[in-house]
Amino acid sequence: MPILPVVLWTDLLLFALIGVAIAAAFYVRGQPHLLAGWRGVAAGGAAMSALTVLTAFVAVGVLDSIHFRAELGGSKGGEHRYAVEVTSLFDVMVSGLRARTEKTYSAPLSAQLFSRESVERADGTQSREFPRLRHGGAHLKDPQSEAGADFAGRVLRGSALALVLWLAVGGFLAAALARRHGVTASEVWRDIWRGDTSVAWRAMLVSAGLLLAVACPVSMLAEAWHVFGTDKVGQDVLYQTLKSIRTALVIGTLTTLVTLPIAVGLGILAGYFGGWVDDVIQYIYTTLNSIPGVLLIAASVLMMQVVIDTHPDWFATSAERADARLLALCLILGVTSWTGLCRLLRGETLKLRELDYVLAARAFGVSQARIMARHILPNLMHIVLISVVMDFSGLVLAEAVLSYVGVGVDPSTISFGTMINSARMELSREPMVWWSLLAAFVFMFLLVLSANLFADAVRDAFDPRMQSLVRPRRAPRPAGAA
Amino acid sequence: MFAYVVRRVLYAIPIVIGVNLITFALFFVVNTPDDMARMQLGIKRVTPEAIHKWKAERGYDKPLFYDGQAEGRDKFTNTIFFTKSIRMFVFDFGREDNGRDIANEISTRMVPSLAIALPTFILSLLVTISFALLLVLFRATYLDFWGVVLCVAMMSVSSLFYIIGGQFLVAKLWNLVPISGYANGLDAPRFLILPVVVGIIGGIGAGTRWYRTIFLEEINRDYVRTARAKGLSELRVMFGHVLKNAMIPILTGVVVVIPTLFLGSLITESFFGIPGLGSYTIDAINSQDFAVVRAMVFIGSVLYIIGLILTDISYTLVDPRVRLQ
Repeated sequence: MPILPVVLWTDLLLFALIGVAIAAAFYVRGQPHLLAGWRGVAAGGAAMSALTVLTAFVAVGVLDSIHFRAELGGSKGGEHRYAVEVTSLFDVMVSGLRARTEKTYSAPLSAQLFSRESVERADGTQSREFPRLRHGGAHLKDPQSEAGADFAGRVLRGSALALVLWLAVGGFLAAALARRHGVTASEVWRDIWRGDTSVAWRAMLVSAGLLLAVACPVSMLAEAWHVFGTDKVGQDVLYQTLKSIRTALVIGTLTTLVTLPIAVGLGILAGYFGGWVDDVIQYIYTTLNSIPGVLLIAASVLMMQVVIDTHPDWFATSAERADARLLALCLILGVTSWTGLCRLLRGETLKLRELDYVLAARAFGVSQARIMARHILPNLMHIVLISVVMDFSGLVLAEAVLSYVGVGVDPSTISFGTMINSARMELSREPMVWWSLLAAFVFMFLLVLSANLFADAVRDAFDPRMQSLVRPRRAPRPAGAA
Repeated sequence: MFAYVVRRVLYAIPIVIGVNLITFALFFVVNTPDDMARMQLGIKRVTPEAIHKWKAERGYDKPLFYDGQAEGRDKFTNTIFFTKSIRMFVFDFGREDNGRDIANEISTRMVPSLAIALPTFILSLLVTISFALLLVLFRATYLDFWGVVLCVAMMSVSSLFYIIGGQFLVAKLWNLVPISGYANGLDAPRFLILPVVVGIIGGIGAGTRWYRTIFLEEINRDYVRTARAKGLSELRVMFGHVLKNAMIPILTGVVVVIPTLFLGSLITESFFGIPGLGSYTIDAINSQDFAVVRAMVFIGSVLYIIGLILTDISYTLVDPRVRLQ
C-alpha cells in the first residue's frame, strides 16, 4: 500500500532527541568519570526495573510517532489520493483496537452495552434490554456461560506466550553475556539469579517478566474483548491509554529541550560575567518567576489559541493543527519553567569561575567563549542531567492538570488529561462509569513512578551532595540513636 | 529594620513593572484586539461592525501606546496601555465580559479561597514536617526505607486522582460530607473538611521527602555530633537543634507561598464547587474572559513578590547571621 509519510514537528524533535541521547551514550562510553556514574545507576535494582518499564513506554511512544497518510483506493488519472486522517505505525499495529468501536459505553470485558435500549424481538414485541456489543465478545453465542472459559483460554494462551518470550529474552541475554565475558551460559544464569552482576539484570528480567505476564494475556483478550471497556463514543479505552503515552512523553521530553538552551545559556552568562549581565538576567528570571506558573501558562495558551484559531490556513490537516498546539504547549511550559534551573546553574558557575583551572585558562589567554564551553559547561552537566530527569514526571502530571483546566493539549489529541477530563463528567452517573478514569490513572501512575525511581537513581549517582547523605545511611548507626 | 523593609519594597518595584509589561505584551501585542474579537465572536461570520462594537464595549478601541489625535495629557492616558495596564497598579481591573466589576468580585471571592487554602497550608506543613522528622529519627531502618518508598509512590499519583478518589469514597460511598458546594458561617466546615483533607494527603509525598532531605543535610553537621556527645537524647537533638537550624531552608520554601494562598487552588476549587478565586480563574479561562485572566496574573505576581519580601524579613528573625544592611 503506497503511503505518504507525514513528519509532524513533534515527531521530528522526538527523533532528534533520541539521536542526541544515542550520541551522548557513545560519548559517555569514552569518558571514565561519566561512565562510573552510569555504572552506579545500572547497579541499582529499582532504577533498572524502572528503566525497563520506561523502555516499554518509550517503544510505544516511538512507534506512535511514525506518521503517514494511507492511500485511498481509486486514484484518478494516475494521481494518488491520500486519506485526510494521519495514522501512525502504532495505529496499524493495533488496528483491531482502533477499528472495533461500539455504540457507546461498555464495561471492561463486557459483552453488552452499558445502558438499556429498546430492542425489537423476532415476534414483534419490544423490550428494553442491554444489547450485545458489535465486537466485544461477539464471537460467543451465550456470553454469560461461555465468557469464563473464553477468558481462561485466552489468559492461558497469553501466559504461555509471555513465558516463551521471557525465556527467549533471558536466553538471549545469557548467551550475549556469556560470549562477552567468555564463560558458560549456565554460569551467567547463576550469577544473574544470585544478583551477582554489575548491571542489575535480575531486576530487569523480573520486571520484563511481569510486563510480559500482563501485556500478553491482555493483548490476547483484546483480540475479542474491550479489556478496559469503551468510552462515550464507543472507542476502546485500552487504545486511548496507549495513545496517551506518546503525548505524555512528548510533553515530558520536548519541554526540557526548550528549557535547556535558555537556562544553560543565561545561567552560565550570568554566573561567569557577573556585573550588569548578571543583574539583567537575574531581573528577567525573577520577573518571570513571580508570575504564578499556572496563570502564566493559562494566559499564554489562551493567546496561542487565538493565533491558531485566527489562522486556520496554516495547517493542512487537523492532526497538524493538534500537533502545533502540542508543540506550542511544550514551548510555553519550557519558557515558563527555565528559571529554577537557570538559578542553580548561575550559582554553580559563580563557584566554578573562581577555581584554579579556570584562572589558569584565563592566564593562558583562552577566549571567554571557550572557557565557558570547555571548562564551565562540562562541569555543570550533572546538574542539567539531574534536572532533566527530575522534571519529566512533574511535566507528565502537569499535562493532566492543565488539560483539565482547559489550557492543555488540543481536545482532539488523546492524552491522559483529555481522558480524565471527559470521563470526569460520568462519575455522577448511576451506576458509575469508572474504567476510563482508572485506566488513565493507572497508566499515568506507572509512567510517573518509574520516571521518579529512575530520576532518584540518577540523582544519587551524579549529585555530589547526595552522596554525602547516602554514605552515613550505609554506615553503622551511631550508638544511642533511637 | 524599617530601612531594610523599605529597601526590599523598592527592589520589588521594577519587578512589578516588569510583570505588568509582560502581561501587556502577552494580551495586547501577541494578538491584536481585533484577533481577540474575531475569536470571541466566531471566526467565520463576523462583520467589521461587530468587531468594532466588541472593542468599544471593552475599551479596546484605543491606540496601544500613543494617541496622536488627543489633546495634552490625553495623548498618553487615552490609550490601551494606560487604561488597561497602568490602572492595574491602583487595583482598577476593569469589568468582566458580563459587566461586573473585577476588583469587587475578587475581594468577595477571596474569603472562600482562604477558608480552604489556609487550613490546608498550615495542617499540611505540620503533617509533612512531623512525618519527615519521624523518618529522620528512624533513619536507615525499614521504617525509613518503606516511608520513602511510600512517599515516592504517593507523589507519583496525579493530584486529580486524590480529589476524584476522595470525592468518590468519602462523599459518594460513605455519604459523610456533601460532594461539592459551599456555605458561609457555621455550615462551612461540612463543605471544607474534604477538600482540606484531600489537599493534605496530596501533598504528603513530595513534602515529606523534601523536608527529610533538609533534615538529613543538617543531621551530619558538627553541632549535631557535639549535641549528641553532650549526652542529649535523640529527641532533644531533633527538636532543639536540627529543627531550629533547618528553619532557613524551610522558611525559603514556605513563607513565599503564604500571600499566594489568597489565590486559592484552581483544581480543588473547581472540583469542589467552591466560589473562590481559583474557580473564578478557571471560569474565566473557559469563557475566554481576557480581562479577568489578566487581572489574576497581575494579582498573583504582586502577591508572590510580597511573599519574597516577607521571606527576606523572616530570615532576619530566625537567623542572626543575616544582618539588616
